[in-house]
Amino acid sequence: MIQLQNLSKTFVTGNGKLVAVDDVNITVDTGEIFGIIGYSGAGKSTLIRLLNGLEKPTSGSVTVNGQQISSSSGQALRSARQKVSMIFQHFNLLWSRTVEDNIAFPLEIAGISKSKRTERVKELIELVGLKGKEKAYPSQLSGGQKQRVGIARALANNPEVLLCDEATSALDPETTDAILELLVDINKRLGLTIVLITHEMHVIRKICHRVAVMEAGKVVEMGSVLDIFQKPQQDITKRFVAQINGPEEANQTIAHLVEQYPSGKLVKLVFVGDRTEQPILSRLIKQYQVEVNIVQGNIAQTQNGAYGTLYLQIEGESLAIEKAIQYLHGQDVQTEVISHA
Amino acid sequence: MLEKLLPNVDWINMWEAALETLYMTALATGFTFIIGLALGITLFLTSPRQLWANKLVNWLTGAFVNIFRSIPFIILIILLIPFTKLLLGSIRGPDAALPALIIGAAPFYARMVLIALREIDKGVIEAARSMGAKTSTIIWKVLLPESLPALLSGLTVTAVALVGYTAMAGIIGAGGLGTLAFQDGFQRSREDVTLVATIIILIIVFIIQWVGDSITSKADKR
Ligand SMILES: Nc1ncnc2c1ncn2[C@@H]1O[C@H](COP(=O)(O)OP(=O)(O)OP(=O)(O)O)[C@@H](O)[C@H]1O
Ligand SMILES: [Mg+2]
Repeated sequence: MIQLQNLSKTFVTGNGKLVAVDDVNITVDTGEIFGIIGYSGAGKSTLIRLLNGLEKPTSGSVTVNGQQISSSSGQALRSARQKVSMIFQHFNLLWSRTVEDNIAFPLEIAGISKSKRTERVKELIELVGLKGKEKAYPSQLSGGQKQRVGIARALANNPEVLLCDEATSALDPETTDAILELLVDINKRLGLTIVLITHEMHVIRKICHRVAVMEAGKVVEMGSVLDIFQKPQQDITKRFVAQINGPEEANQTIAHLVEQYPSGKLVKLVFVGDRTEQPILSRLIKQYQVEVNIVQGNIAQTQNGAYGTLYLQIEGESLAIEKAIQYLHGQDVQTEVISHA
Repeated sequence: MLEKLLPNVDWINMWEAALETLYMTALATGFTFIIGLALGITLFLTSPRQLWANKLVNWLTGAFVNIFRSIPFIILIILLIPFTKLLLGSIRGPDAALPALIIGAAPFYARMVLIALREIDKGVIEAARSMGAKTSTIIWKVLLPESLPALLSGLTVTAVALVGYTAMAGIIGAGGLGTLAFQDGFQRSREDVTLVATIIILIIVFIIQWVGDSITSKADKR
């Protein structure tokens, strides 16, 4: 759906040149939720603005659904923008218009007749859950409601791609989750391709299929969300992953666990993808004469399945423990025995 | 009673003068609104990083606005006498005051329009662009509605200033309450005429202010 080839953007400022986007190559598939994460100033906003031609690349090309955005201008570009819509961190609603008139705005731009606009606005209000707020002005809405208006407005002309620039960064955690769920819902229901930029890893974890990590204008790491969470390569990626997992368990903490649970055996399980859904633990307890204590655990759901680690203390007859561990090894769950009591 | 207190006031004259003042103010405000808006929008859109970013046009418009905004009104009237003569064939009467009034007030209003437009959240303009809006759509459906309260309160200030300008124009014989106060009141030492003319001007100003304020607050949905 989207191809970025050798894409670069240099700004010429008072104190010299600034490479905001540096030789970026990304392909986003149709129907995918693609995340771009990076710290402030990494060039994320510049990159996403290149996708709908709000910014022209210094070199390289942007192709969306077969149309080369980077070389389009005038009416061709304006028509393309109706199919690549955008939502913003600060919502960017027109305060002078009511909710329904804000949502109707892109339809007016597209030259849709009044009666069709009214009909479409009604559908959209329903879709984003804003019934009863049609006549309200943005100043009368909460942040979450404003973003729902922003989403409805972005969906008005049935776009193929939705660009989200820090769409949840101004919202509290619960509202963030609600908006993210709405985005997943829209992605599934309408088959919309979503490109989302953020500096929060939990946003990536919660809704993205794939992610690119940006640092100083470059994409330094890219892959499926599960892979990135499991095997982050770059330091910056590790730091982002640590936002959710907490810092990587240092030997000290494991030593601490061993100290705390001196009896039996301490086992670390690493789950990836669908395997978490299999009833491994309950079988373990039912089939083997062992006691199982969950010592520490961290399982997270991503769009490609769950992943996480689980520390277990297994107690019982040493033979039973041995068999139990063998069973775990056989289960295609990465198993590591970290203490022999 | 009123006759005794204000022996020299000819109420019919006074009424006519008040109407002339209202006529000049209303017409000048109307033209000032249109011309000032056009100048202000041009200044805004041609400034750096805006939709029509253009150094030359921006500089020329800015120079025009700043020069005419800086000339004291009374001098502007005198400077514009030949121009007015050419345009209207006369320099007396309310219509003859209009060119000076408009040329004096439009740059003043243009400045306020520019300030009002700069107050608009850049993100909203960007959102409209991201939806594929043309520049004309952005002007009519984003810039003007989003800055409407500031445009209206600026217009109120301008209209009040214009009432004052019409009084000054009265000194060169434009008609209206200014002429009446100057020629009938001051030059003939009839203080009561000057006093009544002043009170009527104050009433006009208060009404303009009140109407302007209430329309402005109605337009403000923030
Ligand atoms: N129009 C511009 N002119 C000059 N420099 C710019 C312009 N836009 C962005 N930059 C610079 O480009 C760099 C990348 O900015 P960008 O807004 O893309 O970062 P970001 O990753 O979105 O950061 P944030 O998380 O803070 O939004 C920054 O150093 C910024 O100052
Ligand atoms: Mg940004």
